[in-house]
Amino acid sequence: MSEGIIYWLQQTLNALQLGSIYALIALGYTMVYGILTMINFAHGDVFMVGAFFCFLAAVYLGLPFVPTLLLTMLGAALVGVMIERLAYKPLRNAPRVSAIITALGVGIFLENFTLALAPYPKNIPALLANATWNMGGVSISSLQIIIILLSLGLMFVLDYVVYRTPVGIAMRAISWDKTYVPLMGVPLDLIISVTFAIGAGLAGAAGTMYGLAYPVIDPYMGIMVGWKAFISAVVGGIGNIRGAMIGAFILGGVEIMVAAFFPSTYRDFVAFTLLMLLIVIRPYGILGQPRTQKV
Amino acid sequence: MSASMAGIEDIQLEVRDLEVHYDGIRALHGVSFTVLKGEIVTLIGANGAGKTSILRAISGLMPYGGSVVFEGQSLKRISAHRIVGLGIAHVPEGRGIFGNLTVQENLRLATWQRADKGEIAADYDRVFAIFPRLLERQHQLGGTLSGGEQQMLAVGRALMSRGRLLLLDEPSMGLSPRLVQEIFRVVEDINRSGTTVLLVEQNANRALRIASRAYVLETGNITLSGTGRELLGDPRVKEAYLGG
Repeated sequence: MSEGIIYWLQQTLNALQLGSIYALIALGYTMVYGILTMINFAHGDVFMVGAFFCFLAAVYLGLPFVPTLLLTMLGAALVGVMIERLAYKPLRNAPRVSAIITALGVGIFLENFTLALAPYPKNIPALLANATWNMGGVSISSLQIIIILLSLGLMFVLDYVVYRTPVGIAMRAISWDKTYVPLMGVPLDLIISVTFAIGAGLAGAAGTMYGLAYPVIDPYMGIMVGWKAFISAVVGGIGNIRGAMIGAFILGGVEIMVAAFFPSTYRDFVAFTLLMLLIVIRPYGILGQPRTQKV
Repeated sequence: MSASMAGIEDIQLEVRDLEVHYDGIRALHGVSFTVLKGEIVTLIGANGAGKTSILRAISGLMPYGGSVVFEGQSLKRISAHRIVGLGIAHVPEGRGIFGNLTVQENLRLATWQRADKGEIAADYDRVFAIFPRLLERQHQLGGTLSGGEQQMLAVGRALMSRGRLLLLDEPSMGLSPRLVQEIFRVVEDINRSGTTVLLVEQNANRALRIASRAYVLETGNITLSGTGRELLGDPRVKEAYLGG
């Protein structure tokens, strides 16, 4: 293979890895927006808390990869449910802006709470033996493959849950209009909690994978990654599950490719310019639909 | 048949001194009425008389003063989704169809509280037998249905939840006379198969004709009651609700 193609394939693999992590986080933004029409700005920090749970499980409990991942997802899910119950639920009938300000506050709380407990960046140990294969000049690491496959697996499970199960039907019903959902016999609060648990659990999984790929973690790591995942969700069409995944892979791809072919300091500037242009062309995002007004 | 002659065991729903507030304004001023097993009871009244508030209170969608007792059990502190499980199906004002769900998913959602999962398949058949249009459109999104089809779906959902008491809020709203006739015929069929019906209507003429008993609601108070036939013949009802 020519060197150009090898370089291209290598970067595609990197883009898939980054896109997978963005996608797992973007799903949480889009799900919460879908059911509550609210941007959960604390979500990037839930991802960060997930990375710290991963650190705790791996270092203090000495757990191997799979239990660490499961414990991290569970811990993050609990944090997500608690945030909703304590901070957002009391504001469910308040103006949306109150909930959004509260979300920003919750995010700052999570960052500084973590900072108080962990003032210095932490190192996540290598939980997986990282083998690297060379395939026709393209170097593929086992970690990369695991991150991509695991993320895709989680996305398929989520897609199944949302589009094929009663809980998913209930979530989509809530996203249409929650007023009459209880008349179907559906417990509204439970479904909202489940939505937060799933979104936060996926962010926890993303925290684990990010921590394995980029092992130095700190309390502010969730801010930029969170913004990027949020933008992915908007680009894909906020509220749309499949859109969030597509948007995340586009953003991951653009970022990696810009850094690959231009000075890396151009990365965010070029990536975000492209995304803004995309939003100008499709204001509701790639899969988003303008909502027809309900009576 | 009047409520005072009925035995306690015949009373399915008893509403006592119901009071409801909207933004601090009292919308219902202590409304009381009963619904007996197997009846079609209708509440008629002008727009804004409080008919919808009564149904919303019964279903647990809004807080209220006074009491609502269903089959001997107070519904006051029971959340709306559990009230469905106790046997009350509510077809809300505007139908409340989930436009982003298919017809089939709309129906399936309404079975959430049911314990007898094995009998659900038979109920789909029943709904599709009553409304063949829904069978044709079962994979279509609710938002793409016509108004009449949405009303059929709303009634179909209520059947899927297997309520013993069916609350219907303005089922005739926005429908052509032919569709109104069909919906009322279906309501009578559902009633004959053993479901009690509490019907709220502006279309007083049609509602009174199928009702066992009726109540007239005016600005938050019940001002008249009687059998459907009595109220059809009442001069006050004729003047106010039947166009003279």
